[in-house]
Amino acid sequence: MNARNRELLGLVPASLLIVAGFGAVFLQERTQLDNLSLTYGAIFLGLCFAAHLIIRVRLPDADPYLLPIVAVLTSIGLVVIYRLNETLARDQAQWFVIGLIAFAATIILLRDYRVLERYRYLIAAASIVLLLLPRIPGIGQQANGAYLGISLGPVSFQPAEFAKIGIIIFLASYLRDTRALLVSRKRFGITLPRLKHIGPLLLVWGLAMLMLVFIRDLGSSLMFFGGFLAMLYVATDRLIFPVVGFGLFGIGAWFFASTVGHVGDRVSAWQHPFDPKLYEQIGGSYQIAQSLFAQADGGVWGQGFGQALVSVGDSPILPAAQTDLIYAVIVNELGLIGGIALLLVYVLLIERGFRVAVLARDSFSKLLATGLTTVVALQVFVIVGGVTKVIPLTGVTLPFVSYGGSSIVANFVILALLLLISDRARREARR
Amino acid sequence: MNKPIIRVFVVLLVLFGLLAYFTTRWTVIDRAALQDNPQNKRELLAQQRIARGSIVADTGTVLARSVRRGDGTYARRYPENGLFAQTVGYSFLNPGTAGLERFYNGQLTGRTAGFEGTLRKLQGKRQQGNDLQTALDPQAQQIALDQLAGRAGAVVALDPSSGRVKVMASIPSYDPNVLRSAKQTARLNSAPGAPLLNRTTAGLYPPGSTFKVVTAAAAIDSGLYEPTSTVNGDNGVEISGVPLNNDGGQSFGEVDLTTALTQSVNTVWAQVGERVGKRRISRYMERFGFGSPVPVDLPADERLASGLYCSPDGNRELVSPTDSCVDIGRASIGQDKLLATPLQMAMVASAVANRGILMRPGIATRTIDPEGRTAYENKPQRFSRVMSAASAEKLTAMMQRVVEEGTGTAAALSGIEVAGKTGTAEIDVINNIAQPWFIAFAPASDPQVAIAVTIEKTVGGFGGTDAAPIAKAVMESLLR
Repeated sequence: MNARNRELLGLVPASLLIVAGFGAVFLQERTQLDNLSLTYGAIFLGLCFAAHLIIRVRLPDADPYLLPIVAVLTSIGLVVIYRLNETLARDQAQWFVIGLIAFAATIILLRDYRVLERYRYLIAAASIVLLLLPRIPGIGQQANGAYLGISLGPVSFQPAEFAKIGIIIFLASYLRDTRALLVSRKRFGITLPRLKHIGPLLLVWGLAMLMLVFIRDLGSSLMFFGGFLAMLYVATDRLIFPVVGFGLFGIGAWFFASTVGHVGDRVSAWQHPFDPKLYEQIGGSYQIAQSLFAQADGGVWGQGFGQALVSVGDSPILPAAQTDLIYAVIVNELGLIGGIALLLVYVLLIERGFRVAVLARDSFSKLLATGLTTVVALQVFVIVGGVTKVIPLTGVTLPFVSYGGSSIVANFVILALLLLISDRARREARR
Repeated sequence: MNKPIIRVFVVLLVLFGLLAYFTTRWTVIDRAALQDNPQNKRELLAQQRIARGSIVADTGTVLARSVRRGDGTYARRYPENGLFAQTVGYSFLNPGTAGLERFYNGQLTGRTAGFEGTLRKLQGKRQQGNDLQTALDPQAQQIALDQLAGRAGAVVALDPSSGRVKVMASIPSYDPNVLRSAKQTARLNSAPGAPLLNRTTAGLYPPGSTFKVVTAAAAIDSGLYEPTSTVNGDNGVEISGVPLNNDGGQSFGEVDLTTALTQSVNTVWAQVGERVGKRRISRYMERFGFGSPVPVDLPADERLASGLYCSPDGNRELVSPTDSCVDIGRASIGQDKLLATPLQMAMVASAVANRGILMRPGIATRTIDPEGRTAYENKPQRFSRVMSAASAEKLTAMMQRVVEEGTGTAAALSGIEVAGKTGTAEIDVINNIAQPWFIAFAPASDPQVAIAVTIEKTVGGFGGTDAAPIAKAVMESLLR
């Protein structure tokens, strides 16, 4: 069977999942099943099929598993959001369609993605502007102390979701050029590059720190910086870079946690979620404590689909259930089994992403695939880790699953880029 | 470049392993601790969506019911207000649950497990609670509350043959309906006299002379004494090296035990207690239920153990009657370090009434599911055999004399034989503050009710004049 037919077959489980999921939610809400769940399933299958056709025509050699894996994640997200709030699910479905349009546009317009290298400084500058937009008075929005969103008229979006792609493209291109220079000079037995070569990288570190100060979001900066270090390590194969990098990041994070009130609050809420004072405090530990309580109620097998207690009457119990805490909702309803299964789907996605990086022939493609995959993986780690109290909780989305238009659209662009890289790599490998 | 890519993948796998471990930690390892966390209101919040079952008195009077609110949740109402306040308890999001509401929470919320629960869900039925049927008697309860007339104290009445609790009155009381407001809850929590406290099961008082019934049971059932055995009842007999006084400093000379109980002669019973000895007294106390939290269907933190409390290092703690800190002579007359809950003393009367067999007290009788079937039955259970039927009969005759011609005449009912025992525990001799008690059962030949009454710290109070009339009125109501 060729790659494209395998991909088509792979979409079947995702479609079954969404039909079963909607069916379960219907049973819960309406006592009897109507064929609307089948309709939703059919529409979803149709959209996935459209995406599949685009890949079949434009990228015949691309990795056959990436799209089905993403389809599974998206369907889980749609079903859980639908179960939480019908209106939000409709929005999310629209964003899913827009995401697919962005996906198609990326594939069609970027026939050869390597043209991106030409515009790397423009892309970098645009990304930094995007990152700083939320701090501009009038359009910037603050949520829980972090500046992540902007609103333009009726549309509000999170520019950081797009900035992360731009910065990865810039870094992949920059590191491709300088990787040899970075390791060429040795002093006292260790790799010590010249300042003019390391300068732009220090700039990235500074940018991550700036994000801590300006956006005030520990999670996003950890994600960016972690992605950057992974790329730096892959480019140079020198452990010293990530070690020093994490050291610097740690010092910076510690400094800001002890000086910027909002970051410090997040850290103490993480350390002492049940402290009565922090629990009562607005923006305190209530959310993380509720997340843990919800997971505890899930147990091994979960309380069953549609059973999660999200609100009583009009008052919410799980704040931001459809975005930050969606993993807690999934664990509550589907239990430890459901949570682990979801993590495994992400592991499969990441494995495919790194496979693309390994197969790619040129350094730029390798670095780009590594960066994109690492950032998606770290985003999962930052939000699931926050919800499960591995690290302080910050508000990033669970890729493809959480409610949020910018996140869905940006992640579909990442998917498109990975498929573009994989198509070229596999075609070249075949020759 | 491929090696470092694979290493990055491995590092990410380790991070995902960490996520899996932490998810396991919250869902399995720390699950119970998280669910018991007092800040975790999920259970209570979930219950707001359930039509909780009603709590009903024996006559069908509804003591607690749920009303549906506009947003689909349910709120608890107590139609009889404070009638059975501490016993029924409450169920609100804040301050939580107490009393029967808490003890029978699983039944009241109808956590129907297994096949039936799944079936209900598939049929789209809402989870519905089971009704709780109790043996409580609202009329007698009202009389008990009226008779206490605002004085802090407690009245407990039960059926000796089944242990069913009929009356459980505790003053000061409160109206559970006001606990809907956080402000009122805070006010009640710090109110003088602790109205939220169920004095019948969690109030510890020196039982005074009512405890002589326990001493007498040990003395007669062990075969060491007969009701006709005589003991020197002079004032000022030395007990543990210190002279003990009788009430009013009266000397009785050589008296038999029946007279000694009728006139509540301290010196006689202290000597009897010393001779029976710590070990035997200890054994009988245990059979009566002393030494462990009073066994009734209320939450564990609302029940205290009666017994001897010593404070070796400043902290009051329950000790065995055989402990060296115990003056067994004075303990035998219900003084020294002896403390008892009113329900415990009602159990003492109940054991004598039921021919030596103590039944475990029970407030609820059964629960009824929404289809009208019995979901759970709280069957009468024997707690222990305290003494032989013959010993119980002898003790009954002695206690009848107390009411006929002794200190308890105020409890006499016309045409019904009452067996009882007064108690007036000294709290503060200098200021003449005492704790009046009365325990009784009736009719003596075929007991239907056993009762304990106590009033907190009364100036110049006497069991016979303050507590006995309350017992009389409540028994009269229950025997009507």
